[in-house]
Amino acid sequence: MANLRIQRISGHTGTVPGRGTQRQEQVAKLIDTTTCIGCKACEVACMEWNDLPFRETTFDNTYQTMPDMAWNYWTLIRFNEHAREDAPFQWLMRKDGCMHCADPGCLAACPADGAIVQYQNGIVDFQQDNCIGCQYCVTGCPFNVPKFNPQTKRVFKCTLCSDRVGVGLEPACIKACPTGCLHFGTKDDMKALGNARAQQLREHSGFASAGLYDPPGVGGTGVMYVLHDITNTEAYGGLPANPRVPWTVRVWKGPLKWLGNLAMVGGLIGVTLHYLRYGPKQVKDDSNGGAA
Amino acid sequence: MSPHPSVARIQRYSLAERVVHWTSAITYSYVLATGLAFYSPHLYWIAVILGGVPTARFWHPVGGVVFVATLVLMLRSWMGDMRITAVDRAWGRAVNHYIVNQDEALPPSDRFNLGQKYFFWVMVWGGIGLVVSGAILWFPEVVPWNLRLIRMAAILAHVACALITIGAFIIHVYMGTAMVRGGFTSIIRGEVSSAWARMHHRLWYERVTGK
Repeated sequence: MANLRIQRISGHTGTVPGRGTQRQEQVAKLIDTTTCIGCKACEVACMEWNDLPFRETTFDNTYQTMPDMAWNYWTLIRFNEHAREDAPFQWLMRKDGCMHCADPGCLAACPADGAIVQYQNGIVDFQQDNCIGCQYCVTGCPFNVPKFNPQTKRVFKCTLCSDRVGVGLEPACIKACPTGCLHFGTKDDMKALGNARAQQLREHSGFASAGLYDPPGVGGTGVMYVLHDITNTEAYGGLPANPRVPWTVRVWKGPLKWLGNLAMVGGLIGVTLHYLRYGPKQVKDDSNGGAA
Repeated sequence: MSPHPSVARIQRYSLAERVVHWTSAITYSYVLATGLAFYSPHLYWIAVILGGVPTARFWHPVGGVVFVATLVLMLRSWMGDMRITAVDRAWGRAVNHYIVNQDEALPPSDRFNLGQKYFFWVMVWGGIGLVVSGAILWFPEVVPWNLRLIRMAAILAHVACALITIGAFIIHVYMGTAMVRGGFTSIIRGEVSSAWARMHHRLWYERVTGK
């Protein structure tokens, strides 16, 4: 069933089973950072639903009790203390996790057939059974999301609860959010909601540069943010202003691959033609073909 | 009675040199085959044949390290022989004669001709590029996020270096097995005939025989 809904497959030749076979709306998660209170309920819900093993928390005198995402920790609120000139001190809290890019850098970089798939509804999902542990996705991701498990040699990340979404439920984190800052629905609905909220922030709440984060460099994302200040995305714990699939991945998968294929096939054809035209070099005054 | 000069045997490669060469050849072939599987989905089946893709992924860097170790050993034993000289440059200018098998029109070569020297240095520099970029690809987690450009560059550098060595490798294998008769035997048994040595490496022949 899930197989039929796949529209893109990493490291794959031939057809993709699911393209256009079912009616599928693009889905999206909308994260309103302006109403996040940093309670971490989404983190707990993610651990609960996905049965992830617990990790030790750390303490460094901030609310950041988990330093980073990990192979068994797929979503993380990043706490950023932001000093502003024109207004009081501000918390910027951003729920970090896989952005489910429409044009995923991880999938572009992945050499393993079927290790990364994109469903027709836009969810980008890792299939650990097909993963070879090369970590190219780690380099291909512009958001620093995929995490390697050194014991199993597999890479993990947020699935957007593809198992829940597949049966018509919303992701676990959405369920758990007490302030309603997390929303889930079709991409169109979420964009409309996010833009309306950003407009409200601009017009009524004094956040003149509030906006919806849906970066076009990766074709838009299946996880979008409402930010108080869209012009300063980096302040939200290193959210890139203009994320792109790394150009080195593009060059490698594009022109370099064609050049390489041409050179290798050309080389084989070249030496074959050379042999047919000129033949071997024989040692003339030698009864033994040059061999000792 | 000494054998006729044309069939007299001259040692060209010591046992140690041959062991190193074939260790190099086997490990390079392995990393080439598995690397091609990671390079293109159309060649992914190679890794399936070689024991499965995760297995190939596990051994590919190990094979690469052994290959580079053989390059170090070859550098140690052949560094002097591989220096490009004025004689080589003259040979290079006449290389068209070599390609069309008019070897009598070529300036004499020493132990290695210019083509062999180029091959050697392409593999050495390509090997350095491969091992440096490969180490980054092997342990990407040691490269911090703000230096991710290094990781991105490594992806590109690794495949670019590999393609350059593959081009050289195709020519090397063709010449060693099909084109230059006697060459293949020499790297297996270590010996060549006097006539072979005179034809292909006259300066070396004169040096080692004193003729």
